[in-house]
Amino acid sequence: MSNAPVNSGRRKFLTLTTAVVGGVGAAAVAVPFVKSWSPSEKAKAAGAPVSVKIDKIQPGQLVRVEWRGKPVWVVARTDKVIKELPTIEGKLRDPKSSEPQQPEYATNELRSIKPELFIAVGICTHLGCSPTYLPDSFGEQVEGVESGFFCPCHGSKFDMAGRVFQNVPAPLNLVIPPHHYVDDATVLIGLDKGDA
Amino acid sequence: MLKKLVTDGIDWIDARIPMTDTWNKHLAQYPTPVNFNFWYFFGSLAMLVLVNQILTGIWLTMHYNPSAEGAFNSIEYIMRDVPYGWLLRYMHSTGASAFFVVIYLHMFRGLIYGSYQKPRELIWIFGMLIFLVLMAEAFMGYLLPWGQMSFWGAQVIISLFGAIPVIGDDLTLWIRGDYVISGATLNRFFALHVVALPLALVALVFLHIVALHEVGSNNPDGIEIKQKKGSASEEAKGKFTFHQQYSGKKDIIDAVPFHPYFTVKDIMGVSAFLICFAAVIFFIPEGGGFFLEPPNFEAANSLKTPAHIAPVWYYTPYYAILRAIPDKLIGVVFFGGSIAILFLLPWLDRCKVKSIRYRSWMHKLNITQFIICFIVLGVLGALPATPLYTIIAQVASVGYFGFFIALFIYSKNEKTKPLPTRLTH
Repeated sequence: MSNAPVNSGRRKFLTLTTAVVGGVGAAAVAVPFVKSWSPSEKAKAAGAPVSVKIDKIQPGQLVRVEWRGKPVWVVARTDKVIKELPTIEGKLRDPKSSEPQQPEYATNELRSIKPELFIAVGICTHLGCSPTYLPDSFGEQVEGVESGFFCPCHGSKFDMAGRVFQNVPAPLNLVIPPHHYVDDATVLIGLDKGDA
Repeated sequence: MLKKLVTDGIDWIDARIPMTDTWNKHLAQYPTPVNFNFWYFFGSLAMLVLVNQILTGIWLTMHYNPSAEGAFNSIEYIMRDVPYGWLLRYMHSTGASAFFVVIYLHMFRGLIYGSYQKPRELIWIFGMLIFLVLMAEAFMGYLLPWGQMSFWGAQVIISLFGAIPVIGDDLTLWIRGDYVISGATLNRFFALHVVALPLALVALVFLHIVALHEVGSNNPDGIEIKQKKGSASEEAKGKFTFHQQYSGKKDIIDAVPFHPYFTVKDIMGVSAFLICFAAVIFFIPEGGGFFLEPPNFEAANSLKTPAHIAPVWYYTPYYAILRAIPDKLIGVVFFGGSIAILFLLPWLDRCKVKSIRYRSWMHKLNITQFIICFIVLGVLGALPATPLYTIIAQVASVGYFGFFIALFIYSKNEKTKPLPTRLTH
């Protein structure tokens, strides 16, 4: 042991630098633990597009398909519904679809490419339940509107273009997935036109 | 001969680890107020249920398959094929509800007798952390059977994090480990449920009790049994010997050693509890759909939400608050706030008198309305949302938060009754 006087300035410096280097090391070690919770490569690869036959869908009918593990609805809207949609704008939160919940080609009044076919991700924008399609009895939820979607979890309501009504917990319109019509009888969900 | 062997053995251990001293300090010579009543059963009962959950949980793990493909079937396997698997599982699932029953009653005791007040703030904080971890533990455990309610309940609760501005969506993706709830989510919840959270729970229970034994138990009169050294009469101090840790610095009055007096009392509570517990396990293990919900007997289906989603009964009050507010972010804020505000209770109550017995009529009224609102919210949270129920839930939510606001205001200059100098019994 040397009896040299303690150099407290140097001791402080060494304590501080050791603590900083140790802290950086601990933070670096946290990275693999935190990152391992992100989606795996396998999960990322599972998002292939889905093709749906649409020639057999009857007016008023809803067909449910799975895309990326989520329910996607293909609904054949009746003429009555299409006429009704513009008249209820006053009851909606975002009637003009100003929030980016849809691709550009569906940023229109009916939120679709073809007026008679409505395609949306069937997941409530509140807390992720799948709303129930009420083709005839939606009037019990919103007076004077015959059909729409009602979320059983927390009572959010959407019209036949997936637009959210006012005074419900859901903040946004339903998401419209990227999709395009391959031919008159087939729609491909998960890809924009031109993407391969 | 045998006796000498035992004493020598104890001496041998005591020379190496303070076994006898710890036994005396925390049990045989731990001073406990004589006036403990019915409400003081639930702390020890919570420990009993914790042991039940850990034991049955370890045994269930031996037969359970934590994968999206195998989970649901392995539960059926446990219920039908594993010898006594049905009993182990019902002990575990009923144990979860029993845990919340005793914890809620334990918290209610703390609320009415002011057990959270100075100097017991940390006991309350550790207790609240236990409550929080317990809720996480129960939530993750509920996903494991991979039934419809497991799946959609988890979907709703994980989506709550999506309401956080900016990082919300990435955060929910990170928690799920996939774009939807999947096997990745199930596996991480399994790891947290059987390893990480139980470890945290046991550590917190240890801290809760260390903090309790440092300051000593409160009691239904809310006055201290530790007085200034040399101030108490021999009659008040009684005939018992307490550990130096407690009697060295203070005079202990109106107290009895925890063991054997309260161990015997607690065994009586355990007996009554086990009768009820066994009755549920053997006769109504699903708790009429409140302990195990009907949709959970159907395997998880990511494309179909059950017609009515309700959380298990112990979450329903907070869930009703969430649902009562017609705005996603504000709803989530109040949902979190309904738990967070409980942490602040020791500082919101500014009254110096602890027990409800000596507090104002206003305080009694406030606690009564709080309990009513809590129960009303609990009932509404289990029912489907209708416009009328939503309005009632909004009123009850105001009552819930109003309790804390009112308490903060009137407790500053509350008109209290005079406190007794000795425990009443």
